[in-house]
This record gives sequence, C-alpha cells and structure tokens, in this order.
Amino acid sequence: MFDQRLFQPSFLQEVDARVRLGCAVGLCLCLSLLGDVYACLVGLAVSALLLLLARPCWQPLLCRLAAINVFVVFLWCVTPWSVPGEELMRLGWLTISVQGVRLSLLVSLKANAIAAVFLALVGTMTAPELGHALERLHCPTKLVFLFLFTARYVHVLGQEWRVLFTAAKLRGFRPGTNAATYRTLASLLGLLLVRSHERAQRVHEAMLLRGFDGSFRSVTVFHAGPRDLGFALLLLLCAVGIVTLELCGVPYV
Amino acid sequence: MHIAEGVLSPGVLAVGYALTAAGTTLGLRRLDYDRLMTTGILAAAFFVGSLVHVPIGFSSAHLILNGLLGVLLGWAAFPAILAALTLQALLFQFGGLVVLGVNTCSMGLSGVAAGWFFRWMSRVWPTPAGRRTAAFLGGALGVAGAALLTALALTCSEQGFATAAALLFLAHVPVMLAEGCITMFTVEFLRRVRPEMLPDKDKEANHA
Repeated sequence: MFDQRLFQPSFLQEVDARVRLGCAVGLCLCLSLLGDVYACLVGLAVSALLLLLARPCWQPLLCRLAAINVFVVFLWCVTPWSVPGEELMRLGWLTISVQGVRLSLLVSLKANAIAAVFLALVGTMTAPELGHALERLHCPTKLVFLFLFTARYVHVLGQEWRVLFTAAKLRGFRPGTNAATYRTLASLLGLLLVRSHERAQRVHEAMLLRGFDGSFRSVTVFHAGPRDLGFALLLLLCAVGIVTLELCGVPYV
Repeated sequence: MHIAEGVLSPGVLAVGYALTAAGTTLGLRRLDYDRLMTTGILAAAFFVGSLVHVPIGFSSAHLILNGLLGVLLGWAAFPAILAALTLQALLFQFGGLVVLGVNTCSMGLSGVAAGWFFRWMSRVWPTPAGRRTAAFLGGALGVAGAALLTALALTCSEQGFATAAALLFLAHVPVMLAEGCITMFTVEFLRRVRPEMLPDKDKEANHA
C-alpha cells in the first residue's frame, strides 16, 4: 500500500544488499561531515551519478526529492538573514549575510547528496531485504524482528485505517477544527490500536503453534563476489577523493 | 519533526546515535518475545497514525503519537520508534540514515518521558478528571519534548540555526494541543473498550 516503485531494475540492485547498506552508511556519514562547498559539489555529483545508475522513474522520484527539500526551503527562508556576518545585500530591514547564504547553500548540497545516495543504494531494497541485510550485519535480533514485523503490518493497518475512515465518511464525518472531529479521529485511532492488539495476539498464538522459539530463520542467501567488492572499492575511492578535497580545501570566495 | 540530512553537526549526530543506542538497548532488554508482536504491530499503528492529518484552524498537521506510544509501551517505545522511523526513511525518505539517531532520540526520549509522566500523574490524581488531564498532558508533552529536543539539536549544531529552531518550536505549539486532545480521547476510548492495553499501575488506580 505504501510501496511506490521508484526504480527500474538495474545492476545496482544486483549488488549484495549488505555491501550496498555498508557503502550507503559510509558515504552518507562521510558526506554529512563535509564543511567545504567544493567538496559538497563533488559529493553531489557522485551521488547524482549513483542515482542515474539506479535507473529511477522520474516523476515519483522528483516528488520525493521535493518533499525532502521542504525543510531545506524553510532553512533558506530563515538562515540567510538570521546569521550575523558580512553584509551581502539589504532587503528592507533584513540584512542578508554572506555566512548565512553559505550555510544554507552547504545544507542544501549536503541534504540532496545524502538523500540521493540513500535513494540509490538503500531505496532500491525492499523492507524484508533491508531487514535480512541488517541481521547479517549483526544488528540485534529482536530489533530486526521488530523492524520486519512493523514492515509487514504497516500495509495491513494502513488498509484497515482506510476502511475505518471511509466508513466514518459514509456516515457523514466531515473533518473540521472542533471537539467532535478530534473525538471521532481519536475513536478511529483507538479502534485501530484495539484491532492491532487483537491481531498481534492472534499472530503470536499462531506463531507459537508453528514452533516459534525466538530465533529468526531467513531463507535469503547473500553472496558477495568480486563484483560487489569492486563496487565497494570504487565508492571508497570516491569517498577518499571527497575527503581529500575537503582537507586540502581549495580557497573560495 | 524530521530534520533533513546534512544539517546537523558531527557532535550532535554522535550524541543522537549514542542516546538512541542506549535507549534501544534498554528498551529491548525490557521487551521479551511474548510482547514483541504487540510492540511490532503497535509500531506499525504508530507509523499509520502519524500519517493521519488533523485539521487545526485553516491548516492541518500530521500526528506524531510518540506520547501515546510511550504511554502504552513504556521503554519499549524506543525500539518501536526506531523501527517505525527506519521504515519511514526507507519508504518515504523522511529523515534518513544520518539523522536517524537524532530523530529517534528526540521522539523516543520525549515519548518515554510522556509515559512516565502519565503513570505518575494517574497515580497521584486517580479520578476520571485526573486521568484525562494526565493523558492530555502526556500527549502534549510527547510533542513538546520532541520539538524542544529537535530545536536544541539544531541550535547546538550551528548558532545560525537558532532563529529557525525557535520558529520550528513555535510552529509545533498548536500541534501539541491537538495531539494532547487526540491522546486524551484515545486513552479514554481504550480505557472503556480494552483497559488491559493501558499500563498496569494505571489499572490498579482504576480499581481503587
């Protein structure tokens, strides 16, 4: 229900999920630590290239990127005039500072670069794939279990919420800012929670009946071959290049 | 409430990860396999509930529900919120890998604190009016704490974000009230329909 296809099949999806997850974490952390505009620009170029390699479906992808940039736009509205510093220009009583614009620019570049890396490397996985990859990377078993369970039931509960809401609308429910709306929404939410609770108990009993003993047996088999290693090395080289650029620091205006 | 990637400084990100790791470890330790399904499905309900838009004046806001989750789950709310936020990052790219620590920490800590507050208050004021107030304040405290911690994370990262952080917090004041009302009505609904879902101490207060 919440799954939207963002990517067409590409060679990126054939790379081992653990390798992709590891590379994504490394590259995202490396990008988030940057403080140099040129290094960020190179980082954005690398991540855009990765995104292109993942063969995206453009329309849904652009919607996602727009949603990510809402916060960035909010920062652009506030930061340029709220950061004190050298005056760049004056708009009425607001002084736009060089430091403020630089900070906003840095944040926009970094936010988009990290989002693109995440989309290209992790966004191409399904939730179960990510869960199993996390398990193989020695994430706590209970946490992986919780994640897989949540991922499984999100769709079921989303459907249930839709049914409840449609039923309420058919009975003449029109949302507005009043106590009746809040009471109705809270009752629907309460009903959703009660039903989830009951479903959880049923599922738990069914799993006990099938011999659930707390361990999770995955049938997904991961193979990391020379190609995966090459991919990881290539990304590592890119990260090293970006960090070198950051440390050497080309002077800018 | 989700901070975009690339905004926060390394120090703040590291503190976020550390607190999230500690909270999640504590939450998982308190969570046995018998409650794992319930927690997982409640985390899914939290995910779905947080997509619900509530009208506030001329605008609308989506619920956060971390206060309600803290009331229902206690410390186990921490791993539940982590799981739900990871899923949100994967499916919608709200938040992401790098800020996952800070986001989980801001929502989880305030959710757990809201749960504590709810339990404490329903113990000291065990009348129906007291329990309603406790639920309202619990829900509002969940959002207030999350907004405050998010604003704090922004300000600590870069002094220049202080104004943006203050605006962000102020924008959440109406959401606090709405969330408080929703939490109050939901807890009231659960008490009537399925009291065993609410924390034990509260039930004792109910019988007394």
